[in-house]
Amino acid sequence: MEKIRVSVVGASGYTGGELLRLLLFHPNVEVKQVTSESYTGKFVHKIHPNLRKSTQMKFVSATELEPCDLLFLCLPHNSSQNKIDQYKALAPKIIDLSADFRIKDAAEYEKWYGHKHSRPELLNEFIYGIPELHREEMKTANYISSAGCNATASILGLYPLYKAGLVEEDRTVIEVKAGSSEGGNKVNEGSHHPERSGVVRSYMPTKHRHTAEMLQELSFGKKIQVHFSATAIDMVRGLLATCHVFLKNDLQEKDIWKVYRDAYGNEPFIRIVKENDGIYRYPEPKLLSGTNFCDIGFKKDDFSNRLVVVSAIDNLMKGAAGQALQAFNIMYGFDERTGLEFPGLHPI
Amino acid sequence: MNADLSATAECPVCGAQIQLAADAVQGELIECSDCGTELEIISVNPPQVKEAPQEEEDWGE
Repeated sequence: MEKIRVSVVGASGYTGGELLRLLLFHPNVEVKQVTSESYTGKFVHKIHPNLRKSTQMKFVSATELEPCDLLFLCLPHNSSQNKIDQYKALAPKIIDLSADFRIKDAAEYEKWYGHKHSRPELLNEFIYGIPELHREEMKTANYISSAGCNATASILGLYPLYKAGLVEEDRTVIEVKAGSSEGGNKVNEGSHHPERSGVVRSYMPTKHRHTAEMLQELSFGKKIQVHFSATAIDMVRGLLATCHVFLKNDLQEKDIWKVYRDAYGNEPFIRIVKENDGIYRYPEPKLLSGTNFCDIGFKKDDFSNRLVVVSAIDNLMKGAAGQALQAFNIMYGFDERTGLEFPGLHPI
Repeated sequence: MNADLSATAECPVCGAQIQLAADAVQGELIECSDCGTELEIISVNPPQVKEAPQEEEDWGE
């Protein structure tokens, strides 16, 4: 079978590097070009040393991009929307890993991102990129916008409950503990090792932009509220979302099991992790490093109607590159697991 | 293969359907593959299981 020719725009960042790690070993993909304005002419492995001997490619400038079958855009937010016509002219299909086309409502985009969207008429051309929610639309899609990492873990954790109308719509509280790679590879004073090491830094107690995605994907036509906070912890990869919801009815844990089993029983990358004994009773991000899994667990409070849902992913994988490749596989009719089979490491 | 699997019981903790082996016997301990709960087979025909008693672990709470 002829391979799909893809190029990665903005391939020198962590997300671009992770995507390249996957694409180089995908049996149905030929990586045609990878771009970086900062490292034009440099070997890819100079920036992504894990790819040494996996490729001899060098970064090119985006101005040198040639037509291909699909473009992955791994650019900083507010970049792709300003050059989208140029990218559309180069490839009939695009998967954008930035936040630019995630929010369908231009007013909501402006509210959360603090500026007007430059191409609001295109927002509905992009399918929101969580495969478990939009698989059927992806099969015929030309444009996909991958979801934010915190949003992915939170939405996947709560989606079955909201879809079934089981939780109070205005009382959801989510706390995410996040690793440092969420912040990208640009340094700042706060990322300096003596400052960053060992922190439990409450960096976004309110108004995190990913909240907009949660509201969009969990509302099901109703007005909902999601109260989201994010805390940076001493971890490179991974995030853990602890979600507190309040059940409308007196459901037992066995009932909740059924809800999740019905929603995700056939999903290749979602696992329900909830055991009464052992070391890893609930989802643990470190076990997911390099994998495309989203592990979800839950516990009903014996003394109230609160249900705690715990969801873990590797932010660079299921929260970015892995999710994008899963969407790519769906777009082209490949087995969704192709290139994403890595089961993780233990111990790690 | 599943040739030696004969009957199905429901896990009382998570509701998973658990297939009992053809040679399963009353009193045997098995584990639910979904929730990991240790279960005791209390009847083979009809197939029934219950949560096996566990020692409490001290997690420093």
